[in-house]
Amino acid sequence: MTASLDPSLKDAPPAVMTARNVFTIGLIAILALVPVYAYATGQTFSVALFTRTIILAIGAVSLNLIMGYGGMVSFGHAAYLGIGGYAVGILAKEGIGSGFVQWPVAIAASALYALVVGALSLRTRGVYFIMITLAFAQMIYYVAIGLDRYGGDDGLTIYKRSTFGGVIDLNDKVVFYYLCFAILLASIYLIARLVNSHFGLALRGTQSNERRMRAIGFPTFRYKLVAFVISGALCGLAGALLANHTSFISPAIMHWTRSGDLIVMVVLGGLGSLFGPVIGAVVFLLLQEGLSRVTEFPDLILGPILLLVAIYVHGGIGGLLEGRRRG
Amino acid sequence: MLYFLEQCLNGIQLGMLLFLLAAGLTLVFGIMDLVNLAHGSLYMLGAYFAATFATVTGSFTLAIILALLASLVAGMVLEVIAIRPLYRRSHLDQVLGTFGLILFFNELVRLVWGPEGRTLSLPTEMLSAVQVLPGVFYPIYRLVIIGVSLAVAGLLYVLVMRTRLGMLVRAGASNREMVGALGINIKLLYTLVFGLGAALAGFAGVMQAPILTVQIGMGENILILAFVVIIIGGIGSIRGAFVAAIIVGLIDTLGRSFLPDMLHLVLSNSAAQTLGPSLSSMSIYMLMAAILVFRPEGLFPAASR
Amino acid sequence: MAASADCWKGGAVADALLQTEGLTRRFGGVTAADAIGLTIVSSEVHAIIGPNGAGKTTLIGLLSGEVVPEQGSIRFGGSEISHLPVYRRSQMGLARSFQITSLFRDFTALDNVALAVQAHRGHSFRFWRDARRDDDLRGPALAALERVGLRDRAATRVDKMSHGEQRQLEIAMALAGSPQLLLLDEPMAGMGPDESSRMVQLLRALKGSVTILLIEHDMEAVFALADRLSVLVYGRIIATGNPETIRNDPGVRQAYLGEKHGAEPGARHG
Repeated sequence: MTASLDPSLKDAPPAVMTARNVFTIGLIAILALVPVYAYATGQTFSVALFTRTIILAIGAVSLNLIMGYGGMVSFGHAAYLGIGGYAVGILAKEGIGSGFVQWPVAIAASALYALVVGALSLRTRGVYFIMITLAFAQMIYYVAIGLDRYGGDDGLTIYKRSTFGGVIDLNDKVVFYYLCFAILLASIYLIARLVNSHFGLALRGTQSNERRMRAIGFPTFRYKLVAFVISGALCGLAGALLANHTSFISPAIMHWTRSGDLIVMVVLGGLGSLFGPVIGAVVFLLLQEGLSRVTEFPDLILGPILLLVAIYVHGGIGGLLEGRRRG
Repeated sequence: MLYFLEQCLNGIQLGMLLFLLAAGLTLVFGIMDLVNLAHGSLYMLGAYFAATFATVTGSFTLAIILALLASLVAGMVLEVIAIRPLYRRSHLDQVLGTFGLILFFNELVRLVWGPEGRTLSLPTEMLSAVQVLPGVFYPIYRLVIIGVSLAVAGLLYVLVMRTRLGMLVRAGASNREMVGALGINIKLLYTLVFGLGAALAGFAGVMQAPILTVQIGMGENILILAFVVIIIGGIGSIRGAFVAAIIVGLIDTLGRSFLPDMLHLVLSNSAAQTLGPSLSSMSIYMLMAAILVFRPEGLFPAASR
Repeated sequence: MAASADCWKGGAVADALLQTEGLTRRFGGVTAADAIGLTIVSSEVHAIIGPNGAGKTTLIGLLSGEVVPEQGSIRFGGSEISHLPVYRRSQMGLARSFQITSLFRDFTALDNVALAVQAHRGHSFRFWRDARRDDDLRGPALAALERVGLRDRAATRVDKMSHGEQRQLEIAMALAGSPQLLLLDEPMAGMGPDESSRMVQLLRALKGSVTILLIEHDMEAVFALADRLSVLVYGRIIATGNPETIRNDPGVRQAYLGEKHGAEPGARHG
């Protein structure tokens, strides 16, 4: 009875056949069928390409939680990809190959780092928040470079993918693809529930008007922090997946330009909030892939494209920091 | 002891470079409310310009002057073409757009100059060392950097503290009406200010080229350090940036030089070996974290936005 | 219960819901709040009036928690609150509305008020269930909307509402947490005569059930609603009393109404 009173404008139920929803469903269907297509046509490399795309999409989904719903632009999210990846790599090197240990550690370590970074960074807002998250990611990047025992600048090879006691074999490319795909969908579903829950509305209210939130009685800092931690943890899981995918982990994954990539994905796909990051990830990575085949200097084209998007595209996330309210 | 003094001077010199960069960023942000990640690219271009002009003209001094002019021009051209449309957009869009510019410039440099990087040699007069204190010799060139940077800092101080333009920076305002009320052509003003910021960045790039590096991606590493300086120094504050830059320069340099040895005193050999390099690079971020805990507005916050 | 200015002599009053003493705050060279002493009695409507620049914004800031006092104390319901953060005071029952409308513009009126209800229902670390289907939130929210006359606008987005409706929503949000004290910052701001009189009726209907501290320029409204007035000039309270007393106080007339021989308060609009 009360629910019918108010159409939730940001998250229309999927039953509504808008162009956007049709597009989204189509994209998900295509992603679901990639391995089928790949093996049918013999283009098996595309499984690897799309696995990477899906994994980074999970990272973008995690970033979207705090950017799109919380108004926090983190320019340091690649750090969690790295922490998750190194958790897997370091444990593997030390003889612990079980995914049942590696993956929870990856998530927990990322959550812990997010807790520390968030507790410090959320004392600022706007541009300063961006700078600080960037700085903290850079810090952990240098820490990784200094880890001689684990490869330092050259990186660490991971000889065996995470094992799950025979339940699932990650060495099978197709199995691994669908695992990542399932995790992506599960993440989106969890985020969907989250953003409509009490917590989610508190977070979104804070994004909309933090001063008012405090005035009505919300201690906004703690909700932002918890959202930040959840976001970091999910991105850490993506990092664990990525390490498995490439069988390798190096500080390069935490380079600040990787954080920039994640932001680009979230902004590009700002069409519809829940699946936006997936759209953005697919578009961005296909664009990168396509351009690098066409020219030896892909960024000469990609750079200006990003600039044009920044100038002309009014995505759903566009007015994030400034547009709606100041300070 | 001598080594310590030498490292202190190196720290101050690094600090001066950071200050030049941070000042440029603060100016642009304070007057135009623009987040410019591509500031580091202008730093990089300055270094590459200098290297090329030195090769072409054979004169070090001429190379510096030409590189400075080139940076100024490049900055103003960039402002007109790519930066102007970004003023009215949100900070996030500015981040996105200037991020694209970074990618573009790194690739452009790779196209024009190749992937290997360049060198810029000092003229022989500059190579010798000078006695600054009894028994302490320090390269002339590094002293020149410190000296020239201080001069620039002085000029900036006058600009910020004594002109109406500087008022805008200190107020942290980006109010077009207010700027208009000062009776100034806004578009021209913004172009000039951006050009000035670019010149400062390019100047820093030029100055450090002979002793540090000229390579692709050099801008970003130091840009992040410049951000740290701004955070520690305080929002909108040139004076804060100056103090913070010196502190950051000293801590980073001294940390790298002495921390591994100090660790050897307290930790086992292998632990010190493992942690040493990491901890030294972490030192300034730890300082930044401490500032955030105890004084989030920075050491000398000028603006109250 | 109407509080008569004659029956109390200052100092601790048993019925005082909010009491400030010596509240002082300076900004640079300006003393925006100068040893402000206020006593707000339960169930009364107490209006603060004063010329522009008198320091009303600072006073609201001090009471709501956005501004920290340099000296002095604020007691609310017996507890010292002058260093408590904004959200704590709100949770204790001190609600405020804003002079410049400050709402959640991309949400519906119902969502706005429901959030205010949610803030007072313990913590919000509930991650799974749809908050929009929570009748514990929706029920009281609808009731608050009803109270301000916005029930049939519940499903309308704020940025599609008229200015007057938004001002009403401001009140609804302040009411949603069942506050003990309502701090209303110029609720009449930007309203035409029709909307103003509706707002006055709305506030009059609230009298008695909640204590109201009303900052307002609109003199008609003030004299229609207030049990007592305090006059704030250059950061200092120069007079407190019932409307009659204040109207006739020569010091007040000079400082605020601006005419030595007194002007009818109804003739001036802020």
